[in-house]
Amino acid sequence: MSQLELVHPVPAPQSAPRGDHGVIALMVGEGAKALDVGCGDGALLSLLARERRARASGVELDRAKAHACVARGLAVMQADAEIELAAFPAGAFDTVIFSRSLQGFRRPAAALREAARIGAQVIVSIGNSAHWRSRLHLLTKGVMPAPPGWGGFEQLHRWSVRDFATLAREARLKVERAAPMSHGRPGAPFAKSLWRANWFAEEAVFLLSS
Amino acid sequence: MQAAGGVRSLAFDSKAKLHLANGETIAPLTIAFETYGALNSERSNAVLVCHGLNGDQFVASPNSVTGRPAWWPRIVGPGKPIDTNRFFVICANVLGGAMGTTGPTSIASDGQPYGLRLPPIAIPDMVRAQCMLTEALGVETLFLAIGAGFGGMQALQWASAYPKRVFACATIAAAARQSAHNIALMELGRQAIMADPDWRQGGYLAHGVRPQKGGSVARMAARIAGQPAADVRARFNEARAMERFAFAADSEGLERFDANSFLYVSRAIDAFDLAADFGGALANAFKNAETRHGVFAFSSDWRYPPDESRAIVRALMAAGAEASFVEIKTDNGHDSYLSEEPEFEAALTGFVDAAAAARGLALQGGRS
Repeated sequence: MSQLELVHPVPAPQSAPRGDHGVIALMVGEGAKALDVGCGDGALLSLLARERRARASGVELDRAKAHACVARGLAVMQADAEIELAAFPAGAFDTVIFSRSLQGFRRPAAALREAARIGAQVIVSIGNSAHWRSRLHLLTKGVMPAPPGWGGFEQLHRWSVRDFATLAREARLKVERAAPMSHGRPGAPFAKSLWRANWFAEEAVFLLSS
Repeated sequence: MQAAGGVRSLAFDSKAKLHLANGETIAPLTIAFETYGALNSERSNAVLVCHGLNGDQFVASPNSVTGRPAWWPRIVGPGKPIDTNRFFVICANVLGGAMGTTGPTSIASDGQPYGLRLPPIAIPDMVRAQCMLTEALGVETLFLAIGAGFGGMQALQWASAYPKRVFACATIAAAARQSAHNIALMELGRQAIMADPDWRQGGYLAHGVRPQKGGSVARMAARIAGQPAADVRARFNEARAMERFAFAADSEGLERFDANSFLYVSRAIDAFDLAADFGGALANAFKNAETRHGVFAFSSDWRYPPDESRAIVRALMAAGAEASFVEIKTDNGHDSYLSEEPEFEAALTGFVDAAAAARGLALQGGRS
């Protein structure tokens, strides 16, 4: 008798989910059809499938990362989302997610509009360049602080929380919810309003709808 | 079921006609095939491997007629990405083929080979014939349809024509429509065959001859297209250095090459255009389908370039299908799917294992 063993194509990660991933997962509906744009190593896709029973697919530009996702059994296509989002039909997804990825788009406003076309809701997590420490850094040293070290990810745009709110408004999207984050965890001191979050949040997760 | 001349085949009753897309029928129908592994009690672990042009059903075992080794040993076999300890693998010689399935070499009701009297066939007809075979084998739903190149076209046709019967579909180095440059290459092969005096207007079998010269050109055209560009240049430069005008001919397996079969099958491939039946919109070919798709392309493939795979993925995306796409960076050209490509094998294994888990096939047979 040959030995039987269970196959886990998506091994359960031992570490806790990345902060913005945890917040995003709470914003995604149970069983939702979700698209993670710039899904990287697929950690959020696994989390959404596990925690929210979501039908989650991803798009990833980096060939090695996309292949690793497919090898782990995730539905990921290696493609340039800046071009490929246009191929999706309107309303194809419940949720379209940019987890720390929108700042790498050449034309983020256009990408947001495409996302709002193909998804009922759009979730975006960004780093806040107007955090008080960044402001102090610029004020005292006179040079821009280094962007957060997000795994070699190249940020083409530096936004404050309020910058992004303006960008979303210009893309004709409504901010349904905004979750400030600091130290990789939800919440930030004094961040009761967007204006205060702009001082005290290191990151923020936005839930948008058209 | 019979095993004639070392080829396992299923001869359908002459009442079980194969209805062709052009309205004609073929009866009686014989399909030669091989199977590996065992069908589980739920009949949910069947994998259909579709072979390429000039290919055969011996995907994981030596060809019992020619003695040639299995053609896809890296992918299909015990402990391989398509694990025969785990899946019931079926591979059938295509309709019009020359390895036991009804084709131009088959004997018609008058006791003579069909030759050019065989009705024109198309890829949807080949798939319909495979469907008759899987039904006869007790398989209602395929866990996976998989193929590369022309085989990938068949897998796509399966997913489009029988969406409820294909749980997952792996399309490797293929296209939803045959490109003009592929048609051009195949056309040269067809013309070479027909220009060979030994072709005898298709009646060479009755004359006891074979159009060897024309056949060798046709096969060469098909083989060159599978090779990486660098190899094609190297072969050309080698010939030029020896002050020859032509590549060194490779005669391997030529004695089994059937010219009429090439004419029929290559024409079917060249006519393939999955979107044509859907008003030119490929996405409509996959509408409302639940099939999970894995699309794989190779960067140096100039026969079915990655862009043609990307077009398939875009259509799948537009149809709302669950799809994965990987483009493997390699120098091995179209035939990469046959070579050692660890990245391709890892991605394919991940796709197959995830689909198996979703299908409830999480129990893996032990490695022998």
